[in-house]
Amino acid sequence: MKQFNKTNLGWLIFIAVAFLLIQFGVSSGLIDAFYEITLMTILINIILATGLNLIIGFSGQFSLGHAGFMAIGAYCTGIMTIKLPTIVGLLAGLLLGIIVASVVALIVGIPTLRLKGDYLAIATLGVAEIIRIAILNMGSLTNGAAGLSGIPYLTTWQLAFIFVVVSLIVIVNYIKSSAGRATVAIREDEIAAESMGINTTKFKTIAFVIGAATAAVAGGLHASYFSVIRPADFTFMKSIDILIIVVFGGLGSVTGSVVAAIVLGIINVFLQPFGQLRMILYSVALIAIMIFKPSGLFGSKEFTISDLLNRKKKATSKTPKQKEEVK
Amino acid sequence: MENFIQQLINGLSLGSIYALIALGYTMVYGIIKLINFAHGEIYMVGAFIGYTTINVFHLGLIPSLIISMLLCAALGALIERIAYKPLRNATRVAALITAIGVSFLLQNGMIYLVGPQVRAFPQVITKKVYSLGSIQVNQTQITIFATTVILMLALQFIVKKTKMGKAMRAVSTDADAARLMGINVDNVISFTFILGSALAGAAGVLVGMYYNSIDPMMGVAPGLKAFIAAVLGGIGIIPGALFGGFTIGIVETLISGYGSSLVKDAIVYLILIVILIVKPTGLLGKNTKEKV
Repeated sequence: MKQFNKTNLGWLIFIAVAFLLIQFGVSSGLIDAFYEITLMTILINIILATGLNLIIGFSGQFSLGHAGFMAIGAYCTGIMTIKLPTIVGLLAGLLLGIIVASVVALIVGIPTLRLKGDYLAIATLGVAEIIRIAILNMGSLTNGAAGLSGIPYLTTWQLAFIFVVVSLIVIVNYIKSSAGRATVAIREDEIAAESMGINTTKFKTIAFVIGAATAAVAGGLHASYFSVIRPADFTFMKSIDILIIVVFGGLGSVTGSVVAAIVLGIINVFLQPFGQLRMILYSVALIAIMIFKPSGLFGSKEFTISDLLNRKKKATSKTPKQKEEVK
Repeated sequence: MENFIQQLINGLSLGSIYALIALGYTMVYGIIKLINFAHGEIYMVGAFIGYTTINVFHLGLIPSLIISMLLCAALGALIERIAYKPLRNATRVAALITAIGVSFLLQNGMIYLVGPQVRAFPQVITKKVYSLGSIQVNQTQITIFATTVILMLALQFIVKKTKMGKAMRAVSTDADAARLMGINVDNVISFTFILGSALAGAAGVLVGMYYNSIDPMMGVAPGLKAFIAAVLGGIGIIPGALFGGFTIGIVETLISGYGSSLVKDAIVYLILIVILIVKPTGLLGKNTKEKV
């Protein structure tokens, strides 16, 4: 049991510092109500992007249906908290969202994950659209195209921050577990992985279900922070938004997704004053980034505390062995 | 029964538009394995070019159709050179994101230029209605169907009979081997974009006629539908795109006619998923076995 090693301690300090910095920003008024919305969007996007990165970047399954699972989470939480407007209701709603999204992902995943590449992408896109149209047609439960309004404001950025940390811990630990390594093996070469005795459908489905569950959490947070949800919020374009974050950060890099969510969130703030030109600049930036750095910001590398510590060590003590490595 | 035939006729003209757009998707996918998400936006640009030529320059249907096809072809070639060519050796997801970026750019560029409002497409041909018993066919439907058939025959001729078509087929089978045989692969890819974009431009004008309204966001939904049509028939296969386009058009109008138009998209997607699960490469696709 080496849970309290230097790396974990480093991450803990890192998280605490990030939390305190935001807390300081909010209490000192640096982050006002407008920037707090951006902050929440970034936090929610981090959960969505890391979940989708688990599906696309780590298991190599091209899913375009993330918005559908987000919609499930948002509506479960929305309906639950309208009936029970307390923090218990919120947690129950999030849990319900996780359960429903996981069940749907399981039902959908087992047959469709046999499809490959673009065919899987289009099938998952179809699933997300079916979810959205189902929500549109559920009558008084979901209120059709008008959506749910008056969802109690129960989410604060602190709560969202906690959920970001929890979902990151779940995803990173899954990737580092033996199941996660099997998942990465499937990404590298599905046929070779299968011939090594890995049950490919099983691990692909697990990654898909975890991704769907985190998307449901993000959707729930979205619903209880913004108070209004409509089926039009969860279209194909929403899935694309998340996909852009994942690819921009680097497929197969969790820290890349986090950084990309933050960077794109900040770029959006800076582009606000440009009005109608905003989306044009955004799309030009997107094309330029992809042309000049097609593997994303981080590629498949991770930013790690232990690397940082090791680098310091290397800088202070140059052993002969390391010199040889340089040659 | 009469209602059924009536819906079938409506479905044929809608389906032929889907088929025209799907052809562009399928040709590009067949050659460079790229889902060209910007294709729906080229079709939107085509509709606006048609609107301008008819409304401002007072040209007839056929000249505007040709101008729209030419300008869209140029636009397609330009996009391919600037946005896709540098990414020839990158991952497919990166190319896909670039395509999405291009589609955002075209949408928002058009909103910036002409504003986001919906415009009425001018009536270029007289709305003559032919009745056969209680079944009605109007002039627009006939024009759309006839134009589509002519364009498809022309495409079939280019792909099957010309030297460029032969090169296209060679590149789609094996780009590296084609290069070894002295085929200029880059030119062939550009030519494919030109052909597909020209068809999308024609589809834009036709759909403007069909729905009588155009707006900068009109490319998204039919673009997606056409892509689904291409997948349904087997992406990369030209007859598959035709088959898929007509199938989706007919299914959609039948569901709207008999059931509820609210669920028509869900049923189209459901059919797609079921077909993909049963036959993962689409209806006309051949299943290739992978070797280790």
